[in-house]
Amino acid sequence: MFAYTTRRLLMLIPVLIGMTLITFSIVHLIPGNPAQVILGETATATAIEDLEESMGLNEPYFVQYSIYITDLLQGDLGTSLRSKTAISTEIWPYVAATFELTIFAMLFAVIVGVNAGIISAWKQNSWFDFLAMLFALIGVSMPVFWLALMEQWVFAQQLDWFPSSGRQNNRDPMQPITHFYVLDSLIHLDFARTITNLKHLVLPSIALGTIPMAIIARMTRSSMLEVMKSDYIRTVRAKGSGQFLVIYKHALKNALIPVLTVIGLQTGVLLGGAILTETIFSWPGIGRYVYEAINYRDYPVIQSGILVIAFIFVMINLIVDLLYKYIDPRIKY
Amino acid sequence: MKWKHSFLITLLLAFMLVLAACSGDGSATTNEDEPENNSSETEENDSTDEGDAAAEDDGEEQVLIFARGGDSESLDPGSTTDGESSRITRQVLESLLEFDDESFEVKPSLAHDWEVSDDGLTYTFYLEEGVTFHDGTDFNAEAVKVNFERWSDPEHEFSFADDGYVYSMYGTMFGGYKGDEGHVIDEINVVNDYEIEFVLNKPLGFFLQNMAMTYFAITSPAALEEYGPEINENPVGTGPFQFVDWSKDDAITLEKFEDYRIDGLPKLDRVVFEVIPDNAARLIALRSGEIDIMDGLNPDDAAGVESEDGLVLHTRAENNFGYVGFNAQKPPLDQVEVRQAINHAIDRQAIADALYAGYANPAKNPLPPSYMGYNDEVEGYEYDIDKAKELLAEAGYEDGLEIELWTMPVARPYMPDPETVAEIVQSNLSDIGIDVSIVREEWAPYLEKTLQGEQEMFMLGWSGTNGDPDYFLSSLLHGDNVGSSNRTFYENDEVDELLDQAKVSVDQDERAELYKQAQELISQDSPMVTLVHSTPVLATTDAVVNYVPHPSTSESLAEVELQ
Repeated sequence: MFAYTTRRLLMLIPVLIGMTLITFSIVHLIPGNPAQVILGETATATAIEDLEESMGLNEPYFVQYSIYITDLLQGDLGTSLRSKTAISTEIWPYVAATFELTIFAMLFAVIVGVNAGIISAWKQNSWFDFLAMLFALIGVSMPVFWLALMEQWVFAQQLDWFPSSGRQNNRDPMQPITHFYVLDSLIHLDFARTITNLKHLVLPSIALGTIPMAIIARMTRSSMLEVMKSDYIRTVRAKGSGQFLVIYKHALKNALIPVLTVIGLQTGVLLGGAILTETIFSWPGIGRYVYEAINYRDYPVIQSGILVIAFIFVMINLIVDLLYKYIDPRIKY
Repeated sequence: MKWKHSFLITLLLAFMLVLAACSGDGSATTNEDEPENNSSETEENDSTDEGDAAAEDDGEEQVLIFARGGDSESLDPGSTTDGESSRITRQVLESLLEFDDESFEVKPSLAHDWEVSDDGLTYTFYLEEGVTFHDGTDFNAEAVKVNFERWSDPEHEFSFADDGYVYSMYGTMFGGYKGDEGHVIDEINVVNDYEIEFVLNKPLGFFLQNMAMTYFAITSPAALEEYGPEINENPVGTGPFQFVDWSKDDAITLEKFEDYRIDGLPKLDRVVFEVIPDNAARLIALRSGEIDIMDGLNPDDAAGVESEDGLVLHTRAENNFGYVGFNAQKPPLDQVEVRQAINHAIDRQAIADALYAGYANPAKNPLPPSYMGYNDEVEGYEYDIDKAKELLAEAGYEDGLEIELWTMPVARPYMPDPETVAEIVQSNLSDIGIDVSIVREEWAPYLEKTLQGEQEMFMLGWSGTNGDPDYFLSSLLHGDNVGSSNRTFYENDEVDELLDQAKVSVDQDERAELYKQAQELISQDSPMVTLVHSTPVLATTDAVVNYVPHPSTSESLAEVELQ
């Protein structure tokens, strides 16, 4: 296990170098002079030259890349052109916002998805199975922005159960500590606020979690059905175990391995790909951060933002790989 | 193994409990929707740290949420040209003068009075006495001087040029920076604490207009010292509201400045500028009472808002125009008949209706109608296909011709859907036998190549900042600006002369007259098809009173209150 972990960690190095190369060159492949785009249609020629110089755009690519890498190794992600602030300090609230949303979306997706999949497999071909799988199919195919707007319309505008946007009640904001607002409100021992913040999470989590939930449900069902046909399940039944134990204790462990892969991948996707949800629910996450930077051609932020997203993705894959071993000790590397 | 299950089940139950609590509480939130939502907020406040300040008041805390589509770029007014930024700095900092509520007429602000010498070279401002910045330091003539020097001199200790600070609005409005040939401010003299004198090296017709711009608002020198290059996240001025907190891409919170120089203002206790990027989502938030004012309403939603109980529709005065420009030096567009023919062939009203749901007016001059010197007597080019064909025949193109139209890749308030406009123009021109092919470019190359004159026809627009005609007419159509902001390559010595005269005259009536003449000539030469002036629409709940949108997009919220 230790040897495997070390080997996996070492393998990360070329991956990370590759990532920096890609993020660095993406920016330089975008057509046009960044200084011109930043300053817009009213810019004068001298203003453009000045900005080019202050951005270091007049250096050769190689020099620019080596400066970039040296800075990265020192934990310096660069300075945002737009806000003129260090990205390494600026990025944390965005990362925290995205993590918080992803955690709740995945909680929703896993709890509902896994259980729906299990029950569908258990009661195969029942009305529940039929409905759950139909729902899952709709869930996979539903455009996120449409679902999000419908949620807002029904639950915020018509029923007024949940707020339609933001992370907290902005009329009465809280002093953030960790920038995980639910956690922060607990630290403040302000439970009324915890409820408010959780309510802000409900609609975006459901919008974001629906597709993974549907994928997980379908995956769990088919994986479960397969495991249920295996010999050891028959043996367990022969011992006289009840259906609930057979499924949740014996079958689930083996059925969960492919599901875990999906959960890991989906978590990675949500962390980087939540732009639509973040935009509609005005959730200031990492996707929005990079998206705004692209609009503004804030090159350092684009580079670092993509790098951070890629890094998180790689890390999650690593964790999933390590979890396999934990769930099924028979797996050999 | 058993306890593990019970643990899982407990977790599940806990989760469900939370969900139940949420929806249970939901019914209670419905009264947030009621007009007096603020009182219920105050109750919640008591349990928080920030509630204390409010509790001292009469208990009725007035918190207004203003929602917009994008976050601010910088809260240091001079270093940005971003409208979302000046919207905020307008509340926190003040300039020497300010614009009238609904127009670009200047009126006193930090300077209660001013004098202009007869030669137009010396401006003396008499400053308000006893004004303090939010950090407690005194506002005086020295503070004004520090700010102007900071913008004009890259070597100044508070210029922060090494940290990427560029004061491009200063350069545009005052003809450059210290040492530049065009820079108009020669010296700034502090006469005494409350009297300051600006000496120019040549007259500038719109100097007073400039002094009223939010970009030239005065920051506390002590704060510049304290925050250094982080001043862009810590604005300290003399305005009605002081800065509290900025949570990026989420919300900027301001609170009432108790020692504001005008008694009784501001009326609100707190203002929150929230970012809600999606227009539809922002409207839902307004309808469900989460926000009080929304900027950037889709014109298509305006009719719905107008007829809806509880919501109020507002419009901003026009301050921009979109146009289709000609490269007036490239054949066949170098022939004035061809340009006039195209001008007659484009149906402006159709564009206004299709794109702005009627919240736009056809434009006949490259200047918004509310501006000084707007020439309403210019006839313009009515939509007339026969006339267009005639003119085209006169130019020798009775069999038609082929032209390229460059379409901008980004949406702007003056051009919310460039692609559709390009298609309308294409179909309009095919009616008179002109075959238009649409060229698409990325935004940066688009701006670069149109400056170099690679285009035949192109699309762009212009928005005003200081409310002066010079910013429109000279930037876009003066021969000297070919290659910098004049993309039509239009050069007419007579027009240039008129614009030059108007720029240095300090007699506003004379200036107006000169601009009127210039517009007449420009219209005849037809260097561009002025399309429409758009009227931005926004909405508030009916609880918001005294809110008056300003054409510059940044208005003071000092007088606003919630009912």
